[in-house]
Amino acid sequence: MENLSSIDATIPFRQRELLSLLSTGQRMDGRKLDEYRQVEVVHSIYEKPEGSAVAKIGNTQAIAGVKVELGEPFPDTPNDGVLTVNLELLPHASPSFEPGPPDESAIEMSRIIDRGLRESKSISYDKLCVIPGQKVWIVYVDINAMDHDGNIVDTAGLAALAAVSHSTLPETRVEDSKVITLEERKPVPLTQLPVPVTVAKIGEYLLVDPSLYEETLSDVKVTMTTIESGVVASIQKSGSGTLDVDEVMKIYDLCYQKGNELREHVKSSRNGGGKH
Amino acid sequence: MSSQILLSPDGIRTDGRRIDEMRKVKMEVGLLKNCSGSAYIEQGKTKIIVAVHGPREAHPKYLALPHRAVLRTRYHMAPFSTSERKSPAPSRREIELTKVIREALEPAVLLEEFPKTVIDVFIEVLQADAGTRSAGVTAASLALAEAGIPMRDLVTAVAVGKLEGKVVLDLNEEEDEHGQADMPVAMMPNINKITLLQLNGRLTGEELKEGLEVARKGISQLYQMQKQALTMRYSATVQQEEE
Repeated sequence: MENLSSIDATIPFRQRELLSLLSTGQRMDGRKLDEYRQVEVVHSIYEKPEGSAVAKIGNTQAIAGVKVELGEPFPDTPNDGVLTVNLELLPHASPSFEPGPPDESAIEMSRIIDRGLRESKSISYDKLCVIPGQKVWIVYVDINAMDHDGNIVDTAGLAALAAVSHSTLPETRVEDSKVITLEERKPVPLTQLPVPVTVAKIGEYLLVDPSLYEETLSDVKVTMTTIESGVVASIQKSGSGTLDVDEVMKIYDLCYQKGNELREHVKSSRNGGGKH
Repeated sequence: MSSQILLSPDGIRTDGRRIDEMRKVKMEVGLLKNCSGSAYIEQGKTKIIVAVHGPREAHPKYLALPHRAVLRTRYHMAPFSTSERKSPAPSRREIELTKVIREALEPAVLLEEFPKTVIDVFIEVLQADAGTRSAGVTAASLALAEAGIPMRDLVTAVAVGKLEGKVVLDLNEEEDEHGQADMPVAMMPNINKITLLQLNGRLTGEELKEGLEVARKGISQLYQMQKQALTMRYSATVQQEEE
């Protein structure tokens, strides 16, 4: 599919064409409105990081690696470890991505994924504490968007979650207030699986997992990160369209239901043979 | 971790408010003289000033669009607006908020009326005590109105949160920091359309629905105040001219 810029004069015509197709309950790639493209998750694909994964949703692809370091806790949470999530949009992913400092939508996507992992309280931060007030584990989750055919957020979120859920930390012993890291390892304490699900609104239709073409023609996108219990841990409306309350609740239902499907993909992800 | 009680068993918050009670709000339109439109808002201890320039010629020129105006926003916090000095360089948070605020205002503004121009909205947070993006949106739409830019509706915003398992209206800083959720919502109140929606924290589906309802009620209160502030601005003008 060619790359459409946002001022392309043909957008209204393409949108009309897409709307008439959507009114029959179908999408251009043959999917139903609430259907994901093919999802594939492989964890432990590298040797060096503490955990890693690749996630593919259709032709969109992201890889994530987890590194851990001992560091100082934040002063307001002296007994908690620290999580840092960052998404990089590599120039590999799209001719419209350039190297250099991230633009506002790259920052937005990165922060959506970060909030979902953090606010869901899925990592037991207290278990990342080594010496209260002094030494805690800092967990870095770095994600590279590798191939962009729409819905980077869900793909990157899935890769991040699969990487974290197969990450391990060294066991530690404290001697004379010095931390000694041991050979044995333990899993990063993850208690739930928060996954972001993105829904695009085109006209009055709500489409799960928008392709790049659908994203370009959409008025607004909403990403909600849910966990198993149905709790929603982050929401982001993105784009200049509007929503009404009923639509928000419909989107919530879709995000929870589809989130459960994605959680299964994380649980049943294949082992790539790397470190975990 | 929060150990203090943010909501008493009889539903009173640390600053004495009930769960559905807004902080004290003050709005003023047209206090700056060298821009097309301006507005000031105080919501509790949060204080924000907004200036609008335009519609004006785009610089650099390639920014201009042939079929509509370009809306540019900047959400910025003054270095002295927080307890610890904030670096004046835009943070990742400010860049994200700049984007979501622009997308909250865009659906309201009739941009197609002013092709090839830009409209700049500068939101400066002078004192931050939670709810700055929502107060910023509320004030920005007043400043746009004062600039005479046609809009489908004003845009009005408020945050709702969760304290001790209860959905509450308009968090202050302490509640934002230690509460269980923060959900800013912006709407065009007259046509019931949501233009900004974010959530940090944990809500059940039920609480999400309740939160949207609580936000809508808060927004309709603020909407009345916005209309009053605009009326004040123009009745003041009429008086001056009569004198």
